[in-house]
Amino acid sequence: MEDDAPVIYGLEFQARALTPQTAETDAIRFLVGTQSLKYDNQIHIIDFDDENNMINKKVLLHQAGEIWHISASPADRGVLATCYNRTSDSKVLTCAAVWRMPKELESGSHESPDDSSSTAQTLELLCHLDNTAHGNMACVVWEPMGDGKRIISLADNHILLWDLQESSSQAVLASSASLEGKGQLRFTSGRWSPHHNCTQVATASDTTLRGWDTRSMSQIYCIENAHGQLVRDLDFNPNKQYYLASCGDDCKVKFWDTRNVTEPVKTLEEHSHWVWNVRYNHSHDQLVLTGSSDSRVMLSNMVSISSEPFGHLVDDDDISDQEDHRSEEKSKEPLQDNVIATYEEHEDSVYAVDWSSADPWLFASLSYDGRLVINRVPRALKYHILL
Amino acid sequence: MAAAATAGSSPGSGPGDSPEGPEAEAPERRRKAHGMLKLYYGLSEGEAAGRPAGPDPLDPTDLNGAHFDPEVYLDKLRRECPLAQLMDSETDMVRQIRALDSDMQTLVYENYNKFISATDTIRKMKNDFRKMEDEMDRLATNMAVITDFSARISATLQDRHERITKLAGVHALLRKLQFLFELPSRLTKCVELGAYGQAVRYQGRAQAVLQQYQHLPSFRAIQDDCQVITARLAQQLRQRFRCGPSSLTPALPPAECVELLLFLAHARGRLEEELRSLEAELGPSPPAPDVLEFTDHGGSGFVGGLCQVAAAYQELFAAQGPAGAEKLAAFTRELGSRYFALVERRLAQEQGGGDNSLLVRALDRFHRRLRAPGALLAAAGLTDAATEIVERVARERLGHHLQGLRAAFLGCLTDVRQALAAPRVAGKEGPGLAELLANVASSILSHIKASLAAVHLFTAKEVSFSNKPYFRGEFCSQGVREGLIVGFIRSMCQTAQSFCDSPGEKGGATPPALLLLLSRLCLDYETATISYILTLTDEQFLVQDQSPVTPVSTLCAEARETARRLLTHYVKVQGLVISQMLRKSVETRDWLSTLEPRNVRAVMKRVVEDTTAIDVQVGLLYEEGVRKAQSSDSSKRTFSVYSSSRQQGRYAPSYTPSAPMDTNLLSNIQKLFSERIDVFSPVEFNKVSVLTGIIKISLKTLLECVRLRTFGRFGLQQVQVDCHFLQLYLWRFVADEELVHLLLDEVVASAALRCPDPVPMEPSVVEVICERG
Repeated sequence: MEDDAPVIYGLEFQARALTPQTAETDAIRFLVGTQSLKYDNQIHIIDFDDENNMINKKVLLHQAGEIWHISASPADRGVLATCYNRTSDSKVLTCAAVWRMPKELESGSHESPDDSSSTAQTLELLCHLDNTAHGNMACVVWEPMGDGKRIISLADNHILLWDLQESSSQAVLASSASLEGKGQLRFTSGRWSPHHNCTQVATASDTTLRGWDTRSMSQIYCIENAHGQLVRDLDFNPNKQYYLASCGDDCKVKFWDTRNVTEPVKTLEEHSHWVWNVRYNHSHDQLVLTGSSDSRVMLSNMVSISSEPFGHLVDDDDISDQEDHRSEEKSKEPLQDNVIATYEEHEDSVYAVDWSSADPWLFASLSYDGRLVINRVPRALKYHILL
Repeated sequence: MAAAATAGSSPGSGPGDSPEGPEAEAPERRRKAHGMLKLYYGLSEGEAAGRPAGPDPLDPTDLNGAHFDPEVYLDKLRRECPLAQLMDSETDMVRQIRALDSDMQTLVYENYNKFISATDTIRKMKNDFRKMEDEMDRLATNMAVITDFSARISATLQDRHERITKLAGVHALLRKLQFLFELPSRLTKCVELGAYGQAVRYQGRAQAVLQQYQHLPSFRAIQDDCQVITARLAQQLRQRFRCGPSSLTPALPPAECVELLLFLAHARGRLEEELRSLEAELGPSPPAPDVLEFTDHGGSGFVGGLCQVAAAYQELFAAQGPAGAEKLAAFTRELGSRYFALVERRLAQEQGGGDNSLLVRALDRFHRRLRAPGALLAAAGLTDAATEIVERVARERLGHHLQGLRAAFLGCLTDVRQALAAPRVAGKEGPGLAELLANVASSILSHIKASLAAVHLFTAKEVSFSNKPYFRGEFCSQGVREGLIVGFIRSMCQTAQSFCDSPGEKGGATPPALLLLLSRLCLDYETATISYILTLTDEQFLVQDQSPVTPVSTLCAEARETARRLLTHYVKVQGLVISQMLRKSVETRDWLSTLEPRNVRAVMKRVVEDTTAIDVQVGLLYEEGVRKAQSSDSSKRTFSVYSSSRQQGRYAPSYTPSAPMDTNLLSNIQKLFSERIDVFSPVEFNKVSVLTGIIKISLKTLLECVRLRTFGRFGLQQVQVDCHFLQLYLWRFVADEELVHLLLDEVVASAALRCPDPVPMEPSVVEVICERG
């Protein structure tokens, strides 16, 4: 069972921001935001043609500044939010805004495989998330499952909940909360939980993980010293409501049950430098992807703490009895948590990894030198999980 | 159901139903009717009669089916059958209806007669019962009268009965008293007559009572008398014994058993006395005489007594044969077990104590004393039990020593911690790490040796139990070698490893120097100490046991692994300290509006100082290690390469706006040729490797932090200066100075990329600033 070779795509600029086009569930499409101080920054819309193993790209100009974070609306394919740096007379401020891409780019580029450099189009600004009072924006997260009207942004030590009104042309600050404490507290990252009716958000600041209730904007749990050093990222298990994963500068990935915040459920220590990104697979939550500044991407199989600890429960009718039987036997084999694959296609630090929203077996990773690599889950494992 | 019932009783079954004719039809129909009934009462058709799997019960055209629908049936007939068949079926049906009618009539007549006779019978029974009822009533009244009478009689007799009981009690008491009063004379008579058995039995019966009432003078007198007589009796008996068994045994064949018992009871009395005194000695723990004295007492008192008893018994009752021997054995076992229990209690008190030689001598005496009766009383298994006790004590001793060693190790660690934490007296260095290490190593080694020596006493030649198989084999190999020495080394490794397991945030309490020291200690163990200790052990305890033992290599591997983990952890901790410093310095500065650099930032000097300090610290314990060959004026040479040609080459194109891709291309191509740097990689056991690890971690942190910031022109220049400064001082610490160059290049290049206006500083100016300090 040979695996397909990874597909590599190079950007001209440094890049840190990567997201799948969340609202798109048919085509495999990723958005990448570049970082350049000297040239106009771009958003690359990367379309992956699974059958031909080919990449099509479209480039959008993002003239506002270099992109530090990007996230796509879960409801509208054409809408996305970015956090970008605005440099003005020796001051750097990271702002956030919601954008709409031109209509014809929304749904892929199957029509004309033209040279994109000639026809770079510009994003249409929908609204700014006004942060003059709150400081630098670290990231913007959309309400998952929602209608794309509610977003949360993290600005320095504030957590801000916005309502987008009038077809997203206006952002109204609905509520906010801020972190008080000694020292300079700054949120580094946050995720919106898809469980509990989307009323929970978790944030990372320094070495601490915190959970927030978006209705009251109050803290619901707090994992102090979740990591020995800075926590870089976190993600919610899409199938188990109390589980989340976090990663940080101590090279570890930790899995937490938010009902018991004293001890992690599991700790992975495979990377040899800071882990910048951790992502659960959207449908098979045993698959966990991590990207690190040791230039490696790792895919781990955390069966024991997944929602399918005994393998996939066969309920498909189209599997004949015999197969059924065999697959049951297979699933009874002791399943172990392990690193399935280490991907070493990157030469520089990997700052972003994410799963495709359309194909659960495909993911992209982005390193600082602008290299985007699209990889698949090894076939053997895929069939092991499916059958 | 109604449909089914009507179908059953309705005349006629279907035309295809009974082609055989009326005679075959009858049983068939009855069975069907039966089936209907069963169906009606909810019994399943299948179990009712082995009826062949009939037509579909849901078929509405089945005449006998539960779901029979006459309309449907008729319809079907009308539709499907020709006229002739219809006619046939009609006649058939009429015939069947008739047959059913007549059947029913017969049934009714038959059953009517039976019914009438049953009614008659019931009426007759009613009469009979009425008669019986009257008689029962009368019986009840009579019974009541009888009860009444009997109650009255017993009431009259009540008080007389009580009096009789009392009298009987008094009589019995008087007889007992009489027996008591007559006891002395009877005893005397018995003794005179030589009916010793009888005498003993009397004495046995009376003793308890006398004991109880001895406060009454009269009874006291009796008791005294009895005692005198018994004493005389005993004396006589003993005399007889002394005369020899030959004269005794034939003379008193029936009383033999009694004699034995008596004899043993005496022996028991004496021995219990001994035990009691022993127990008294045991009593309150501290003032007890030392264990040696205790075992001496026990040995001479109890064991001696037991020996005498056994010898006398065997002399006297040799003729008793196996039964007698068994009795003696049971007796010995019982008392022996009590003795052992006492001894064990005493020994348990000794467990905490430190003096092994005393204990061994005590055990030796204990064991030696028991060998004499052991020979006599092999059946009682005293020797085995004694050996077991000795073994158990030896095992516990080993455990005790292991605990002691562990405690000593932890104590050493605490000492080291204190020494490390102690404030340095100005000008005078505290004990150096090497010195501390030597102290720890020698103190642990001396503890181990002391323990070995102490344990060795158990196997000394002159000790009586040393030639037991346990002490020759298992004790040496499993106990001392595996349990004590290997166990200690393992636990030492574990303790040391536990320092690494505590994650960074909580393990802050462990001073890095301690990690370093432990790592070196483990490494020393790996290289020499383990094999030395084990050889020492093997020499002292000539191991004859063939059971598998942990080979030296396994232990060494464990120690090495521990040392490696500790050292890696040390690198991580120290790297973290420096990288935190760097991170803070990059994060907190406003790089856009910084001024033109005049100086190297203080934090960089601090980094170099700290690195130097770590270098010194590691150098105290670890060897230099190999580094790549370099020329003597390495710093100069690399500096020029770094700051002029390569650096210029690196970011010169980045501000020529013509080629936005060149920067990437260049750096990517360069990366193709440089090896991937594993930042947190395992370290080797030498100074250079440790320092390389720490510097790698620090510089990588610097790189990542720089990439997160935006720099102004002067900010970039400051980074340039800082990096050059680091370059000047850090190369000497690492194995491959290329590595430092590479990382620092990367830092400067990244800073240039993060700078909108990258104008690098003149290399010569950088040089001047750095040299100025």
